[in-house]
Amino acid sequence: MAAQVKLVQSASTRILGSRAWLLPGLFLCLLLLGVLLLWSITLGAADITPQVVYTALFHYDATQFDQLIIQTVRLPRVLAGVIVGAALAVAGAIMQGLTRNPLADSGLLGINAGAAFAVVLAITLLDTPSLSLYTVAALIGAGVAAVFVYGIGALGGGATPLRLTLAGVIFTAFISSITTAILIQNQETLEQIRFWTAGSLAGRDFAIIAQTVPLIAVGLGAALLISRQITTISLGEDVAAGLGQNTLIVKLVAALAVVLLAGGAVALAGPIGFVGLVIPQVARFLVGADYRWIIPYSALIGGMLVTLADVAARVILRPLELPVGVMMALVGAPFFIYLARWKVRR
Amino acid sequence: MLQAENLSLAYAGGTNVVHELNLTIHPGTITALVGPNGCGKSTLLRGLSRLLKPTSGTVYLDGANIHTMKAKELARQLGILPQAPTAPEGLTVHELVEQGRYPHQSWFNQWNADDERIVAQALDQTNLSLFADRAVDTLSGGQRQRAWIALALAQQTEVLLLDEPTTYLDLAHQIDVLDLLAELNERGRTIVMVLHDLNQAARYADTIVALRGGQIVAHGSPDQVIVPENILQVFGLEAEVVRDPVTGTPLCIPIGRRSGRNRRVSAASPGNDVQAALSA
Amino acid sequence: MAERRLRPTWITVRLHHLPVSFKLDRRVPLIAFALLILTVIVLVVSINYGAYNMSPLDVVQTLTGTLPADHPNARNFNLVVHTFRLPRILVAFLVGAALATSGAIMQGITRNPLAEPGILGVTAGAGLAAVTLIVAVHDVPLSLLPWAAFGGAMLTTAAVYALAWKGGSAAPVRLILIGVAFAAVLGSLTTFVLIFGEIHDVQQAYVWLTGSVYGRNWEHVRTLAGWLLILLPLAFVSARSLNALNLGDEIAQGFGVRVERQRAVLLVISVGLASAAVAIAGTIGFVGLVAPHITRRLVGPAHEGMLPITALFGGALLVLADLISRWVLAPSELPIGIITALIGAPYFLFLLVKYQK
Repeated sequence: MAAQVKLVQSASTRILGSRAWLLPGLFLCLLLLGVLLLWSITLGAADITPQVVYTALFHYDATQFDQLIIQTVRLPRVLAGVIVGAALAVAGAIMQGLTRNPLADSGLLGINAGAAFAVVLAITLLDTPSLSLYTVAALIGAGVAAVFVYGIGALGGGATPLRLTLAGVIFTAFISSITTAILIQNQETLEQIRFWTAGSLAGRDFAIIAQTVPLIAVGLGAALLISRQITTISLGEDVAAGLGQNTLIVKLVAALAVVLLAGGAVALAGPIGFVGLVIPQVARFLVGADYRWIIPYSALIGGMLVTLADVAARVILRPLELPVGVMMALVGAPFFIYLARWKVRR
Repeated sequence: MLQAENLSLAYAGGTNVVHELNLTIHPGTITALVGPNGCGKSTLLRGLSRLLKPTSGTVYLDGANIHTMKAKELARQLGILPQAPTAPEGLTVHELVEQGRYPHQSWFNQWNADDERIVAQALDQTNLSLFADRAVDTLSGGQRQRAWIALALAQQTEVLLLDEPTTYLDLAHQIDVLDLLAELNERGRTIVMVLHDLNQAARYADTIVALRGGQIVAHGSPDQVIVPENILQVFGLEAEVVRDPVTGTPLCIPIGRRSGRNRRVSAASPGNDVQAALSA
Repeated sequence: MAERRLRPTWITVRLHHLPVSFKLDRRVPLIAFALLILTVIVLVVSINYGAYNMSPLDVVQTLTGTLPADHPNARNFNLVVHTFRLPRILVAFLVGAALATSGAIMQGITRNPLAEPGILGVTAGAGLAAVTLIVAVHDVPLSLLPWAAFGGAMLTTAAVYALAWKGGSAAPVRLILIGVAFAAVLGSLTTFVLIFGEIHDVQQAYVWLTGSVYGRNWEHVRTLAGWLLILLPLAFVSARSLNALNLGDEIAQGFGVRVERQRAVLLVISVGLASAAVAIAGTIGFVGLVAPHITRRLVGPAHEGMLPITALFGGALLVLADLISRWVLAPSELPIGIITALIGAPYFLFLLVKYQK
């Protein structure tokens, strides 16, 4: 299916036409992200003025209730959103480049499902509900899923986009049904896990962030390191090999980066779909086909999008709160449909 | 007789690809549609076969408007083979060719003696009788294309439209397919095909229609159409036209900007060289 | 030349003096017979299996009504067989037949061997509707779920079809991609709805989402059989246009098939079959994928023979899966959908590894 799918894309459509705009554009994105973060912190059950936010960030006084809320509840949550968004977006960008499949996404390749399965399994078997357990389990699950799906896709003749996608979809269906089997047998685990499986940023503290940030940072670093090679490999593996690239090493590093990024993100916020799908498209639209720019832009725009989605998730049904994963699906699916309807040709 | 009158064609929501085109295709002839990429030749073929609804104008088959005809009625008179069709995995040649009987069948009458005889005949004419039970996807490219032509034969139409029947085939198989089409034409079928290769068009067609920008630039016998002025106008390419030493039909030799690595034999009159070579 | 084909691989049926003729692959009746035998055996074993012990002979006698009237356990046997075991097994068979046929049609019209009812968002739509009902109405009666599921499935399909419609055609590629997007967003909303449910209801919802035939009774059998009696013949009758569509839109159109109308009709049949099955038994995956695939290898891709065989095969497969689901963790039982996933997914991954293309 996916192999026949090609998006209509011409290099000339990129917005930041001249290379000179690329770096300032990046700073602009950073600035926008900062503003968005501050704005997001002011919103919540009780709105807090930007001045108080400023004081809480730079002249923190733990005796002030508002400042306490900011430092212990809102700031970690907002930061978690940015980190998750950046990680998922970059993971998606790498996968799209590597598999030459514009619709690749960590959800599609079974990585989210693998992580979710591992978390459910760990909670059921170990009986010690702690967030650090989520991290380790999610990471292992994501890793095993990635290796398995890639292995199946690559066995017996090359991991083509179609084979990878198929292996991912089938693996997802398979592993999700085992996850369900466990949840049906085990009410306690279900109770603990059901909010997490929808993908949520609520209740994240600095402890869990501190645990996942190093992983994601390494993943981002690796992604940036091989971004030039990804540009080449996105022209086709044969082309890359013909240009003297050691495609095996590039693919291995890329896979490692994806596992760290997607696994870390899932550990932090549960499985959130569509970020990895939508953002790289937007980034490519802005900067063209060069992954040295696509990756940093994806990270920043991904952070912005998840922050926005989280704000919307908190505000739309106030005081009720939507999981950010649901919000992302609501935003992402129309985008996907737009791509499918207007940009896909056979 | 297939006639297009003031035919304009466009893809959904797009601008016209073919504009106000008039064309008459006489029975029993082979017509080749040629032109550069995107000139509208495939679009025209689709328009002639009702795969594409015209934005204005009409196509007549033996005087009847094909757009008001019953779909199956038209399918019994006019067959179309699109470019590079694919068969489902595991479908045998016989099963594929059988499908060509579709317009002649009804739900209660799915496999009468005529169907059986005509399918066997189609397989025979395309030299595929021995491959009848082989899966289409296991055949070579040339055999596969013959299987699709057999399907069109089983449809038993007077007019057969083909969109680049030689795509993806090597030279020997290209000639094989074109020879087959010429044979079918000798038995009375009218053939209209889109061809990329001007020389093959000149060799096999009675009439060549050269298109550019959705309009007919030249229309006539190969000798009338394949001339340097037309080639320049249609493809924007300088060319010499000589005689094909085998068939005597026009043969187009592109000049290009550099004429390749080897020097040109004689800039003045390459045609003389070929004739000299032939007489030697 | 034609004489050289000494043994045709098909059976021809023609009436003299009447324009009636049919053709069927020779393998079809053979395989159909084998499948029927197999189904009956599995059926007897399956009815035989359970907490209440019976011998296979008892089962056959109870089923055929030849149980001696003075048999000491006659009442119990009748109760166990006719009230508890037979209806659920029949539901499994009918659901399997419906899903397999639905999948085969879906694969034919999209020309994609991996299409299945789930891929157009059909099951996700049914799932969201049913789960919302389960969560909104505490301890919802099982009999209400089918209607919600059916409505959800139909609405989703209509939306997917409408969005895929562009320039006078609902191209298969757009149908699939938009279906996938719908499946994702509806699945996500389902998870969201589940957050609000009481834990007991949520568990019930999960069971339903995985697919289960637990506790299905004769009313379910009748409902499903009614749908199938209408839709399956319609599907079998459409086999020829499905064959034509399978060669590509252009070829089919060249044959005089009204492609868009036929595709829409076939889509409605396929979705109708799938949603009837999902409504009764929840979202059972992989049957619609695996059964048509294996059937094609058995009798070839021509739909006249392939559709009935795939229905039989899907039915037999689910009866078997139902048996396994009761046997694996006995005395507790797994949802049948987990068994089909456990059988189906490895089968597909195996195919993926084996065939390089």
